[in-house]
Amino acid sequence: MNDATGSVNAGIPLSAEEMSKIAPGLAHDIKIKSSDVEVHYGDKQALFDVNLDIPANQVIALIGPSGCGKSTYMRCLNRMNDTIDIARVTGTIEIDGVDIYQKKIDVVELRARVGMVFQKPNPFPKSIFENVAYGPKIHGLAASKSDMEEIVVESLTKAGLFDEVKDRLEAPGTGLSGGQQQRLCIARAIATKPEVILMDEPCSALDPIATAKIEELIDELKQNYTIVIVTHSMQQAARVSQMTAFFHLGYLVEVGETDQIFTNPQDKRTQDYITGRFG
Amino acid sequence: MFGYVLITLIALSLAGFVLGRQRALAAVSGTAANLHSLPNYHGYFIAAWVGVPALVLVLVWLLFQGSVIDVLLMRSLPADKIAGLSQSELALLISEVKSVAGGAIFGTPAAHVVEAAERYNAWQSIARWAMAAAAIALALVAMLIARARIAKDFRARQGVEHVMDGLMIFCSAIAILTTLGIVTSLAIEAYRFFQLVSPLQFFFGLNWEPQIAIRADQVTAGGAFGAIPVYVGTLLIAFIAMAVATPIGLLSAIYLTEYASPKVRAVVKPLLEILAGIPTVVYGFFAVLVVAPAMRNFGQAIGFDIAPNSALAAGGVMGIMLIPFISSLSDDAIAAVPQSLRDGSYGLGATKSETIISVLLPAALPGIMGGILLAVSRAIGETMIVVMAAGIIASLTLNPFEPVTTVTVQIVTLLIGDTEFDNPKTLAAFALGLVLFLVTLCLNVIALRIVQKYREQYD
Ligand SMILES: Nc1ncnc2c1ncn2[C@@H]1O[C@H](COP(=O)(O)OP(=O)(O)OP(=O)(O)O)[C@@H](O)[C@H]1O
Ligand SMILES: [Mg+2]
Repeated sequence: MNDATGSVNAGIPLSAEEMSKIAPGLAHDIKIKSSDVEVHYGDKQALFDVNLDIPANQVIALIGPSGCGKSTYMRCLNRMNDTIDIARVTGTIEIDGVDIYQKKIDVVELRARVGMVFQKPNPFPKSIFENVAYGPKIHGLAASKSDMEEIVVESLTKAGLFDEVKDRLEAPGTGLSGGQQQRLCIARAIATKPEVILMDEPCSALDPIATAKIEELIDELKQNYTIVIVTHSMQQAARVSQMTAFFHLGYLVEVGETDQIFTNPQDKRTQDYITGRFG
Repeated sequence: MFGYVLITLIALSLAGFVLGRQRALAAVSGTAANLHSLPNYHGYFIAAWVGVPALVLVLVWLLFQGSVIDVLLMRSLPADKIAGLSQSELALLISEVKSVAGGAIFGTPAAHVVEAAERYNAWQSIARWAMAAAAIALALVAMLIARARIAKDFRARQGVEHVMDGLMIFCSAIAILTTLGIVTSLAIEAYRFFQLVSPLQFFFGLNWEPQIAIRADQVTAGGAFGAIPVYVGTLLIAFIAMAVATPIGLLSAIYLTEYASPKVRAVVKPLLEILAGIPTVVYGFFAVLVVAPAMRNFGQAIGFDIAPNSALAAGGVMGIMLIPFISSLSDDAIAAVPQSLRDGSYGLGATKSETIISVLLPAALPGIMGGILLAVSRAIGETMIVVMAAGIIASLTLNPFEPVTTVTVQIVTLLIGDTEFDNPKTLAAFALGLVLFLVTLCLNVIALRIVQKYREQYD
């Protein structure tokens, strides 16, 4: 669906929803294909034999109790585990059919295509404007100053933050409240126009109104992007995702359409988790 | 005598401790749990009451005993013998009396000197006994007072806390008072200097030739106190040193935090810090014996004349000395930048060097600035390397291949050899020192400010 140069906005004939109406379940190309993914931190194994296909232009929610490896799996998808000395990843992960762990892959370019919002907000100690402009600047996405301004304003607006900060774009990003910082990080991630967006509990620091805004944004983004979201809120998973994957103790226990996972889970552990019996 | 008094006071304190414990326990008939404070605290309380005031008394006594006796001695000298003596002649007389009193007799001292010496000895021993008596009496009285306060509900623990407070305040007061003392003595001498030489000449004069005749038969230049060449020399050398130390220190800090493996880091970091432990005189050797000749040969090879003493040799070697100051503080600052900021930058597809330049260095800037300012203070205050490698001639030049001199070097040369504290040559050292002190003080204040600001950033 996306060509190799990464121009994602071009040539999408139907929106995801229209597509799924025509051919439910088969509508989507596979964007990310993981086979036999295992991760070790030193001697400790954190992920066991994960096989998961993530369809394009959908939202997939990763759920599971704390420490089960959701973040670890997500960090495999943009090779952020490379920055941890003791982490070792085996197995293959293909994005658009290309193995991202092969030698000739440019990790920097991969991360530009697979953007990430971290579990804890981490704005740079720079101005709000510069925070959002950081990615576009290093990737040369803006030809001129006014281009850059456009990108920044658009990204902040999409993240639902623009109205709150439009008078103080030069103020430091670290001076915002926790929830505002998280939205700033979301704006920062979408400013580079990635194809895939990984969101690690993006709403954990947000109030219900901001959460609703982010969920709206996710819904809107999935027209053009593939989104992987980690969440501890079952309601949120049910609201925003089309697919849900349940992790437990490093294993991918069950994956399927969100409706099916929540109404008719196949595995006992999944059922226990979503009904709140553990985790 | 002082030793005996000290031992007695310690013994009394110990006794006070035992007494306090016993009395406290007696007050609750042996059940320690009924006391407000543990028995030991009652012991410490009495011990502190016994020891501290008496000790303070002894110290104050010793501080003033000498000058009080001197005044008495002066008063007791026969008026006709001291009439018409100048201050320094009087001081000479007093020290003669003292050396006679100590048994060091040269020739035959005058009768009134011998008498005075006997009086001096008598007063000395009276003073010593009086001090011992006063101190022990004070200790005993304090012990009684403190003992009377011990009771079941007495808050000995808080009392001990106050004593600890006082102790700490006392210790920090020593540091502050010393600084004040240094500043005042500098300021007073500098003031005397400016009465002899106009501040205008000192601050704006371009000629520094402080060698003036002390004795009538000495042949010297007239004496000129324009400090500009000295300060320019200082700045030139400090600038060269910083130009060497800043990039090397900063880049090695970046290498150590971001690129080096933990093994390499464990070896390289201590090695770098060894540089800070090398005595500066050794750096001086290195500059004179290795760097300067090498530079001179190199200069000759390309047909360029470099003086054997040059600002470049001194500044360059000083720069090497300063590397660990900058690398160590920058290393800490960069390592303190949260990992999440690195992740954020890498996650947006930034390379390592982009991350370092656009995220890590700005975030660590305050800490790095602190290190740089510290190094500047050191560069300005450094003496030994400059004396050895850059010379002592104050020429007004910005050419790094020429010999120059610095403030600290001039202070040293002014105070070496024949000195007399009422001529401008000697006093000039204090004026130089005062200005130097003010400059480094400002730098330190700025450095502290920046470091403070940086500490607040991620909390
Ligand atoms: N940098 C690391 N070094 C060592 N072990 C790690 C590291 N990061 C994660 N782990 C371990 O890997 C396992 C999975 O962690 P992960 O962060 O993926 O959990 P998670 O599912 O995201 O949990 P949470 O919901 O609390 O965020 C945990 O046992 C954790 O201790
Ligand atoms: Mg996590």
